[in-house]
Amino acid sequence: MMRTTLYTCTGLFALALVIVAGMTILKRSVAAAESKPVSMTEIKIDNFSFTPASITIPAGTEVHWKNNDDIPHNVVSNDHTIKSKVLDTGDDFAYTFSQPGTYDYFCSIHPKMTARIIVH
Amino acid sequence: MAEKSARKSNDVLLHDHNHDGIDRRGFLKCMAWAGTGAFCVIQGGVLNSYSLSKLAEVGSMETRGELSFVQISDSHMGFDKAANPDVVSTLKAAIDKINALPQPPAFILHTGDITHLSKPAEFDTAEQLLKSASAKDVFYVPGEHDVLNDEGKQYLDRFGKGSKGAGWYSFENKGVHFIGLVNVMNLKAGGLGNLGQEQLEWLEKDLKHLSKSTPVVVFAHIPLWSVYPEWGWGTDDSAQALSYLKRFGSVTVLNGHIHQTMQKVEGNITFHTAASTAFPQPKPGSAPSPGPMKVPEEQLRSLLGVTDVNYVRGHHALAVTDSSLG
Ligand SMILES: [Cu+2]
Repeated sequence: MMRTTLYTCTGLFALALVIVAGMTILKRSVAAAESKPVSMTEIKIDNFSFTPASITIPAGTEVHWKNNDDIPHNVVSNDHTIKSKVLDTGDDFAYTFSQPGTYDYFCSIHPKMTARIIVH
Repeated sequence: MAEKSARKSNDVLLHDHNHDGIDRRGFLKCMAWAGTGAFCVIQGGVLNSYSLSKLAEVGSMETRGELSFVQISDSHMGFDKAANPDVVSTLKAAIDKINALPQPPAFILHTGDITHLSKPAEFDTAEQLLKSASAKDVFYVPGEHDVLNDEGKQYLDRFGKGSKGAGWYSFENKGVHFIGLVNVMNLKAGGLGNLGQEQLEWLEKDLKHLSKSTPVVVFAHIPLWSVYPEWGWGTDDSAQALSYLKRFGSVTVLNGHIHQTMQKVEGNITFHTAASTAFPQPKPGSAPSPGPMKVPEEQLRSLLGVTDVNYVRGHHALAVTDSSLG
């Protein structure tokens, strides 16, 4: 009776170990593909404009936008697939571009504010 | 300094087509006072302008008509930057101005940017403060700051009762037809304010049953005329909306958004923008951006204001009075 229980416990423990190991491997591969940027760059929001207004970056770059204006802005891609919350003074928004392409974006509160990111 | 440059911008804007026989020199003279407390009446195409030193004088003039109402705009509850760290007290000052009018206005129009960041507490503060106004009815249209993050859902929940689409509506008062339009939704990259096809169709229908002698007042947040497109101060499809208004004898268009007073007459339409109750913005093109303008503290209230509008039956246009808070 005792033996059987012990074996069962060991078996469960081993199974748990396998699951933990598997999750760790999965996490690592996701991190490598997406969340861990190869580099970082900042775009400033000053005087109702994005600076630089156009940049070229390698895929995997994490882009930070920081709003330095006394007025809130946001960052929205023209196709609306990327959309930040409204950024009040001093707020920051980060997005990692993993796919190559041309990304046109604007501030949907002040649509005259337009800019572009080219990812290669 | 501020008065001098305000004059300049108005001079520029008045170089627009006028086909209604209004005395241009008189008009310019009147405009020179706008923003620092001016009183302008255009009656049957003839302009009269008076210096406005005390609001009490307005009551004694023969301008009280069938209907008077007040426009306030751009209260930006929640804004706390250097251009005005206390927007609550300046909104209170605006309400004090309204309550000091010799006759209480029929209602208040708020032409948007009630809040700075669309926060519930900011809306609450504005609504609470406006309860102390002598006019109990407040008609709102949203500014872009009132529809942040939620496509205007909260705004509609609070103020959209009985409205259509994103919050547009119309009503009648003393024979004047009022139309509140929404031009801050679904803005396109590189574009200006936007009314959209659905709203334009509604507008055309709404106006159809009116006789051409009905005075019409249109109000919306972003100007429905091209004030300064480089800063987004205009509305992409406003020409379509204005074309439906051409057949009317008297049309007044009231806007906010640009945080300064400006007026233009084009044919049968008088355009007017109101000052903000919160902070001033620079004159078109006079600064690197349209951001809040920091002025010496003692000057601030002279650049904020309230607009008083009077309708006298049979007159060509409504009388529009701007008065500053200081
Ligand atoms: Cu913006």
